[in-house]
Amino acid sequence: MSTTNDTHGKVDQATGVSTTGHEWDGISELNNPLPRWWLWVWYACIVWAIGYWILYPAWPLVSSATPGLLGWHSRSAVAMQIADLNAIRSESAAKLANASLEQIEQTPTLLSLARAQGRVAFADNCAPCHGAGGGGATGFPNLNDDDWLWGGSLEQIQTTIEHGIRANDPDTRQGSMPAFGKDGILQKPEISAVADYVRTLSGIAKPGADFAKGKEVFEGNCAACHGEDGKGNQEMGAPNLTDGIWLYGSDKATIEYGVTNGRGNVMPAWHARLDPTTIKALTVYVHSLGGGR
Amino acid sequence: MTTLQAPIQPPAKSLRWGEGALIGVFSLFALFSIVVAAKAYTPEFAFHAYLFAAASIAAVFAIGNRYMNRPAGPVPQFIDGKPNYNMGVVKFATIAAVVWGIAGFLVGVIAALQLAFPLFNFDLPWISFGRLRPLHTSAVIFAFGGNVLLATSFYVVQRTSRARLAGDLAPWFVILGYNFFIVIAGTGYLLGITQGKEYAEPEWYSDLWLTVVWVTYLLVFLVTLLKRNEPHIYVANWFYLAFIITIAVLHLGNNATIPVSVFSPKSYILWSGVQDAMFQWWYGHNAVGFFLTAGFLALMYYFIPKRAERPVYSYRLSIVHFWALIFIYIWAGPHHLHYTALPDWAQTLGMTFSVILWMPSWGGMINGLMTLSGAWDKLRTDPVIRMMVVAVAFYGMSTFEGPMMSVKAVNSLSHYTEWTIGHVHSGALGWVAYISFGAIYCLVPWLWNKREMYSVKAINWHFWVSTLGIVLYISSMWVAGILQGLMWRAYTQLGFLEYSFIETVEAMHPLYVIRALGGILFLTGALIMAWNIWKTITTPQTAAERELALQAAE
Repeated sequence: MSTTNDTHGKVDQATGVSTTGHEWDGISELNNPLPRWWLWVWYACIVWAIGYWILYPAWPLVSSATPGLLGWHSRSAVAMQIADLNAIRSESAAKLANASLEQIEQTPTLLSLARAQGRVAFADNCAPCHGAGGGGATGFPNLNDDDWLWGGSLEQIQTTIEHGIRANDPDTRQGSMPAFGKDGILQKPEISAVADYVRTLSGIAKPGADFAKGKEVFEGNCAACHGEDGKGNQEMGAPNLTDGIWLYGSDKATIEYGVTNGRGNVMPAWHARLDPTTIKALTVYVHSLGGGR
Repeated sequence: MTTLQAPIQPPAKSLRWGEGALIGVFSLFALFSIVVAAKAYTPEFAFHAYLFAAASIAAVFAIGNRYMNRPAGPVPQFIDGKPNYNMGVVKFATIAAVVWGIAGFLVGVIAALQLAFPLFNFDLPWISFGRLRPLHTSAVIFAFGGNVLLATSFYVVQRTSRARLAGDLAPWFVILGYNFFIVIAGTGYLLGITQGKEYAEPEWYSDLWLTVVWVTYLLVFLVTLLKRNEPHIYVANWFYLAFIITIAVLHLGNNATIPVSVFSPKSYILWSGVQDAMFQWWYGHNAVGFFLTAGFLALMYYFIPKRAERPVYSYRLSIVHFWALIFIYIWAGPHHLHYTALPDWAQTLGMTFSVILWMPSWGGMINGLMTLSGAWDKLRTDPVIRMMVVAVAFYGMSTFEGPMMSVKAVNSLSHYTEWTIGHVHSGALGWVAYISFGAIYCLVPWLWNKREMYSVKAINWHFWVSTLGIVLYISSMWVAGILQGLMWRAYTQLGFLEYSFIETVEAMHPLYVIRALGGILFLTGALIMAWNIWKTITTPQTAAERELALQAAE
């Protein structure tokens, strides 16, 4: 304890330790030594650091850095981890790759495999538009029901996922609702009448005074895609207008807006971003959501 | 014999050269700003140029007005043998700190609510999360924390040097200029002006302005130290000086940009790619190290011994941990860039120096806590001491947590998660804000010659309400961060991700709500403090109390 009592300062009554002798605005400082445990833990940290420097890349040299005895490198470490993951996945990936979509759906083990992979792939890639449970949103179809714009068979779903809709892909699904109003094909009263008519098809409105006019406009302009009976055409992605399921909304203003300005939302072509096995898994997953045909 | 005695004449008043020069500079600058405003590329930039012009014109009038009202001759350095301290600037910065603090906490609460309930963005671009987030961080770090550092550094350097603050107009230029920088930076964020660097968002012209202010700050501080009437420089002043110098270097390094035009708010940084990232986190981490650690350790070294009326625990420890902290902190930045394109060697150095930094950081904690030996009873009786001791405890906790999170194995879990947010806030709320509140509770009665704060009970309420807030905040963010990290890395047996990203977001929701609640409690505590300060300053006291207060101040 000699270090604490050897100086010129006053002795602090409460602790018996002397001060350094200086005082600033009434504050003095005691002459306590460095706490031993503090010093030793610090030395231990330094020793650990030096050890780490010897084992791992650490100090920069002129054109490289000390490599470390372990030869560890972050990029090769990542490559190894990815290789490990692919090894785990390869077995299931091979099973899915070698089976047809129908075989996958009919074989319980393959089906659960595809659903497990499809669920997360769906949530990470599809959910932003179609919703976490595939419930859809305005302009983005609900995938749980059996109402399909472009078809709900396994092959049709796979084609849609691979090539997208109105996407930047030569095989993408084409066909869009023209802007009848904006392009001057139909006048406002005609659009109003056809909107009223369309609402009668699914029974949400009763025929009114403009029914005959609306029917005439519909048959002349809309039936080519949506069909005389309004039941739609999956070849062109023309929605069924009689089933009470609406992509954008069923109120008159929304329908008038659609007829006036046209519609044509885009779904990306996923084959550019997802591997074939993942697309297979997604196809089976979407097909199994409830509405698959 | 008679001598003709010349009648005593008051010395003729003349403009000091500093006053004349500043009036000239500000007049020219106002003119220049108006030209820039007229030719500005964007309305937002024109608005800022007009603000510069208005502030310059206001400065010319303020200096002129001050000249008309001040006595002739130089300001006396001593009055009746006692230093004639310049406390006006300290008072201004103290009040500014409280006002900005509440503004910053409020913006933080709104940002927290936006994360829990996106509705709170109100679909308005100006208050969308992306703009409010830097507004919050800058308001609490630079506006609140910065004014606390300005106020206390100007107070402490005068008292511990027994010398009046150097400069006549310079201290006011520093305080007002700094707060003007805050206004430019904050309004810029809301208008969408940003250079997109974390904690260095203000664009080139705000940066240039801050450079001028900061160099003046350094000069005022240094010259005050040079004319001190004590043989040695007190430890708190080492920390303040390290803070001022290092922040200057960091600011210049990370803001080395080339403006598109003097009429445009946009600029491009000199560094590119991973070098820019390294500069950014060298800056970012040392903003924590030198602004939020070294600066506030200076507060600790003055206000804890002063309030507890105890000597500092160990002079030797203060020297060793000061130099160790200064030399080691500057290396630690790369730990923000683990597992990125940053070369492995730089990541190693960042991590190992962060671990070596643990004990030097704790040296400050030991010195702060052990200063209370012989006065532990004050923890029970004095809520201000309690606040500052809890601050030091949080400091110790977050300076252990930091090195731990810098270790790559831990970082691979914690990085990009809410754990980081929790870590920052245990330091920011627990350490920085609490040591600041403690210092403000000391300063206000000293500055306004009161015996004590208006209500000690209200200080107690502030302490408990905001402590509960901090606990809710950091514990919810710990849980959120670890949960998030584990969910992100969870794989199924088949090698597929267990959770989609959106599921991890959903899992955060209840924890975000708890965090917002913690923030609301913390803000409530600060409002109690503001009320208490208002009452302390405005409540008249009896003659006897005034006498006691004056004695205590000496």
